[in-house]
Amino acid sequence: MDVLVCLKRVVLAGSTFVLTPDSRDIDTKHLGFGISPHEENAVEAGVQLVEQMGGSLTLLTLGPTDAEEQLRSQLAIGATRGILLETEGEDWDPQATAAALVEAIMAEETNFDLLIFGAESADSAGYQIHIRVAHALGRPIVTNVKSMKIENGIAQCERVVGTTRELYEVPLPAVITVRDGLNIPRYPSVPGRIQARKKPIDHKKPTPRVPKLEKVSLSVAPSNTAGAQILGSGPEAVPALVEVLKTIGILA
Amino acid sequence: MILVLVDHDLGELDPLSLRAITAARKLSADVQGVVIGATSEASSKLAYVVGEHGASVLHVAQHEGLTDYTPAASGRALAQLVEKLKPEAVLAAGSPRGNEQLAHLATLLDLPMAAECSVISLSKSPGVPHSVTRARWAANLLEEAFVHSDLLIATVLAFSVEAEPVPGSSAATVENFQPSLEPSDLIVRVMGRGGESSKGGVTLADAKVIVSGGRGVGGPEGFAQLEELAGLLGGAVGCSRVVTSAGWRPHAEQVGQTGTKVAPDLYIAAGISGAMQHIAGCKNSKTIVVINTDPEAPILAYADYAIIGDLHKVIPALTSAIKEMKG
Ligand SMILES: Cc1cc2nc3c(=O)[nH]c(=O)nc-3n(C[C@H](O)[C@H](O)[C@H](O)COP(=O)(O)OP(=O)(O)OC[C@H]3O[C@@H](n4cnc5c(N)ncnc54)[C@H](O)[C@@H]3O)c2cc1C
Ligand SMILES: Nc1ncnc2c1ncn2[C@@H]1O[C@H](COP(=O)(O)O)[C@@H](O)[C@H]1O
Repeated sequence: MDVLVCLKRVVLAGSTFVLTPDSRDIDTKHLGFGISPHEENAVEAGVQLVEQMGGSLTLLTLGPTDAEEQLRSQLAIGATRGILLETEGEDWDPQATAAALVEAIMAEETNFDLLIFGAESADSAGYQIHIRVAHALGRPIVTNVKSMKIENGIAQCERVVGTTRELYEVPLPAVITVRDGLNIPRYPSVPGRIQARKKPIDHKKPTPRVPKLEKVSLSVAPSNTAGAQILGSGPEAVPALVEVLKTIGILA
Repeated sequence: MILVLVDHDLGELDPLSLRAITAARKLSADVQGVVIGATSEASSKLAYVVGEHGASVLHVAQHEGLTDYTPAASGRALAQLVEKLKPEAVLAAGSPRGNEQLAHLATLLDLPMAAECSVISLSKSPGVPHSVTRARWAANLLEEAFVHSDLLIATVLAFSVEAEPVPGSSAATVENFQPSLEPSDLIVRVMGRGGESSKGGVTLADAKVIVSGGRGVGGPEGFAQLEELAGLLGGAVGCSRVVTSAGWRPHAEQVGQTGTKVAPDLYIAAGISGAMQHIAGCKNSKTIVVINTDPEAPILAYADYAIIGDLHKVIPALTSAIKEMKG
């Protein structure tokens, strides 16, 4: 079983964003980087499949040179190798990103049985790169998968919509996109980290394209409340809260 | 004309589609709907509701392969309808299904797609891009973007528009069409359904009251008191990602960017710091009450009321006060 997981380096912010002076990007000076939880689940799923069935797990990302950090940290949990499509650091639009990913996948000798993506990227949330890649490769795609089993070359997938679980079955080779909750991603072990330093990462330079979805500027979404009214400290404040619950009609 | 994908599950309308129709009406008086894979009985019911919201025609894709949700086939059917009707824009709800079906459409037409737009303004002259404001980082950031294509393909951010009926309007005219589908369009389709994914009566998505716990709850046992309080208030239990990653609670209870987005009347956040990815899932709640030991916790900025203190003392006190009231 040869699996490929696509992931994206994103900034990890706590409770607020600060933008750069030109409002085109997030000011990342004081922030760390990671990948989306969805993509952590994707890597964990890939590692589990290779553990069960043998084969290889390749990680593919398009991003700045520093995205090597994200590849290394995911190699540390058990992936085989990485491919980094280096940009100058700017975001590529979904069509350009998908085209570069497709080109890199087609250039591989391995005919991957399964490509796994996150359901959407944490930062730009375009909901489409995986679908574009699936079409270009002529493969079926199931999105938003929350549970999965592979048997006899068929991926049985479940996705949750509201309160019902939808069941899908697709023959491999296929593409799936996964959601947080699919599994509980493991933490890298110390030996895992050491091995990851020696695992191969191919660096490639993809050809940029003129963006069709062109970012002009960013702004921080306004918050809708003025901040909390403090009702008091500890259990003594409970009567005040009970009054509030009566006022808003929760308690009679 | 603006074409709006009217989404449904086995004939049951996704109410977000009505919001997408209202968003379209704000751009053009000429709005038509399209429904894929609904029975003719379901379609005429849908035609009534979408008509009330201002769509004049409801195009109904009919094909023997379309008996349940089949996203790639939706993309193909939409592409053929676009070819025939030449709309200025195709819109859908910014839901998993809406985003997915329009992404198939955009891919088949090799056009850009702008997901989760809160503002759309259509270009009036060829060569000039459309502009949109779209949500990024679970709507914590807004992006102004140009969309360079004649046909705009976009989804409407879930709660950015209210659905508005148009007074004096009547049912949309049903027009059937037969898409020609490839066998590959029909591979991925819903083959069956499992029951409720949540245990117990109230689900997170439609609970009126949610009692949510974070790292501050301290462990799986600590959630018993949250369950008791939620039970008393007829609500459901929610949690933060720290809690699901630690395996204390099932993922179905996670609120936030990668969990469930909720909008209850009352959201009680106990031992949750208020990372923006959590706030993304609960900020549409009518009233947010925080219980936290830290008076500086970021969640206070988004909350309406707060008690500063240990949740292990405050929640039992609240529970007994409510029990006493109820007698
Ligand atoms: C792309 C992305 C998506 C994400 N999606 C989600 C998501 O969907 N949902 C989500 O929740 N997170 C999500 N996260 C994670 C998020 O960034 C935070 O890590 C997480 O929400 C923090 O959980 P917490 O508030 O429980 O923990 P902490 O941040 O550790 O906060 C614990 C809080 O409990 C308080 N506390 C401690 N003890 C007590 C006590 N005895 N009584 C009262 N208060 C106490 C502390 O003061 C503190 O405020 C996502 C992250 C990323 C990068
Ligand atoms: N720059 C990138 N490099 C590799 N994979 C990516 C990149 N951007 C997005 N993806 C993958 O595509 C998924 C969907 O992204 P999006 O269409 O932006 O929502 C993500 O969860 C990733 O798995």
